[in-house]
Amino acid sequence: MKAFFLALLKSRSGLFGFLLVSVFVLAAILAPYLGLPVPTRSNLLARMVAPTWTGLFSPGAHPLGTDELGRDILSRIVHGSRITLAIAAAAVILGGIVGTLLGIVAGYYRGMVDRILMRIVDIQLALPLMLLALLVVAALGPSTRNLVIVLALTSWLRYARIIRGQVLALREREFILSAHAIGAGTWRIMLKHLLPNVMTPALVIATLELARIIIMDAALSFLGLGVQPPNPSWGRMLADGRVYISTAWWIVTFPGIAILLTVLSVNLLGDWLRDHFDPKLRTTR
Amino acid sequence: MTRYLVGKLAESLLAIWGVVTIVFFVSRVLGDPAVLLLPIGAGQQDLDALRASLGLDRPILEQYLISVLAMVRGDFGISFQHQRPAMDVVLERMPVTATLAGTALLFGTLIGAVAGAIAALKRGTISEFIVMVAALLGQATPVFWLGIMLILLFSVDLGWFPTGGSGTIAHLVLPGLTLSVFVSASIARLLRSSLLDIMREDYVRTARAKGLLPRTVFFWHIARNALIPVITMIGIIAGELLGGSVVIETVFAWPGVGRIIMQAIQAQDFPVIQAGVALVAAIFIVVNLLVDLLYGVLDPRIRRR
Repeated sequence: MKAFFLALLKSRSGLFGFLLVSVFVLAAILAPYLGLPVPTRSNLLARMVAPTWTGLFSPGAHPLGTDELGRDILSRIVHGSRITLAIAAAAVILGGIVGTLLGIVAGYYRGMVDRILMRIVDIQLALPLMLLALLVVAALGPSTRNLVIVLALTSWLRYARIIRGQVLALREREFILSAHAIGAGTWRIMLKHLLPNVMTPALVIATLELARIIIMDAALSFLGLGVQPPNPSWGRMLADGRVYISTAWWIVTFPGIAILLTVLSVNLLGDWLRDHFDPKLRTTR
Repeated sequence: MTRYLVGKLAESLLAIWGVVTIVFFVSRVLGDPAVLLLPIGAGQQDLDALRASLGLDRPILEQYLISVLAMVRGDFGISFQHQRPAMDVVLERMPVTATLAGTALLFGTLIGAVAGAIAALKRGTISEFIVMVAALLGQATPVFWLGIMLILLFSVDLGWFPTGGSGTIAHLVLPGLTLSVFVSASIARLLRSSLLDIMREDYVRTARAKGLLPRTVFFWHIARNALIPVITMIGIIAGELLGGSVVIETVFAWPGVGRIIMQAIQAQDFPVIQAGVALVAAIFIVVNLLVDLLYGVLDPRIRRR
């Protein structure tokens, strides 16, 4: 752990990403205690107030302005990050677990199981992810749970493919052969011997996937298929604010910057993790 | 080589069949289009009659077999909304989508390739830093937000380009630029790391050592090999763009394939959804097949396999 942080300190971009991610996660967790206005409370007397930086700490201040219903944009962005990050994290964990396990199974059993799984991956790869997500959300109906399922569905195959490749190589190694020799069962070998050895690549993929999923979540919300109002979500704020683009530029500008900074910091952290732990993964992305 | 191609072709057909099957069953979960199509006040009898005429009263497996057999013949049924063959409805939008995809690919690849090459060749200089920061920002920017920002700047404030629609070159500039940014950022980063990997190879040192011109070494020994992962990436991006970028087409009111599929999903127009998705998947697969062929041209080792 100590070595990890020492290496992180040496990389400027990695450290920058790590710190920024920490700030966003902390802000998301502490959102209700930051003294921000209620994100869903509209105030028709303060509609579309431009961003003002004077009297920043007075109660009525709107540093990023207000939207068409007079809701504070900063507060909506911070509260929106709670939902966005929770959905993205849940989707990454779900997709990661399913993809990693299927990758291990495919690589370990090979043969028929492997062929069927990889065919499914190929079929899914022939469909643009956004189209797949649209179809599934339209079929299941937009809800937070369905959003997590859809995002995980677009994600599992990246783990499955890469982990499978690693397991194909690992299964020939001596420690797996010796596990066989002492009579370890299939599940024991897969979970106790193979899983720990593919955790690092899985973590690296997860970080890079997190960034992709945050953008996709915002895109689905933008199309009206994500988190439903009145809950604030970044994509939805962009879609709603687009109507007022000629009178209130700040409504569409700031949620986008929030997405950009979050994705940028997660990407920086992910790139560093990859280069640090597993440079070989670079070209497989 | 022929066996390799036949195998690839069989795989492709299997993938298209799989996609069509998934879409058939997913779209049947969407709901009963007969209810949507009937005028308000229509009775149960009208509903039954309409469902019978659309074939929706048959068992689901029978419906599936009938539509798969029809699709093999190129018949995707009549669009519920437009009352015309569904494939025609989608194909009509193809030129518009292809124009945008072609523009974005052309400019995105050019900018990305030049930027990536500069970053790799001028390692450790300010040029590399600028390219890498720009590429990182380009990759982290949600495309639809970038589109909105460009509209804000160039349409609302400056009034140079229209905010949406299609038809003239002016309409093409903003959506083309938006997608080019995304394309060039991915390509620049990948090309840079791929070039840096190849430059470390022994055969590059050998080529230098035997006194070849730096230009010859770069184009003949380094670039040819470094391009292989980049071409894969271009193939994937081309497939995605030709399938119609739904969000960008929404932002710029661009009447392409992505939008017609999105509208069909909202209106539960099954034949159009199936035709659209089958077309998009087919394009994606054909593009990837072409990429596989290009590998053979670039890398003789793959040809012999």
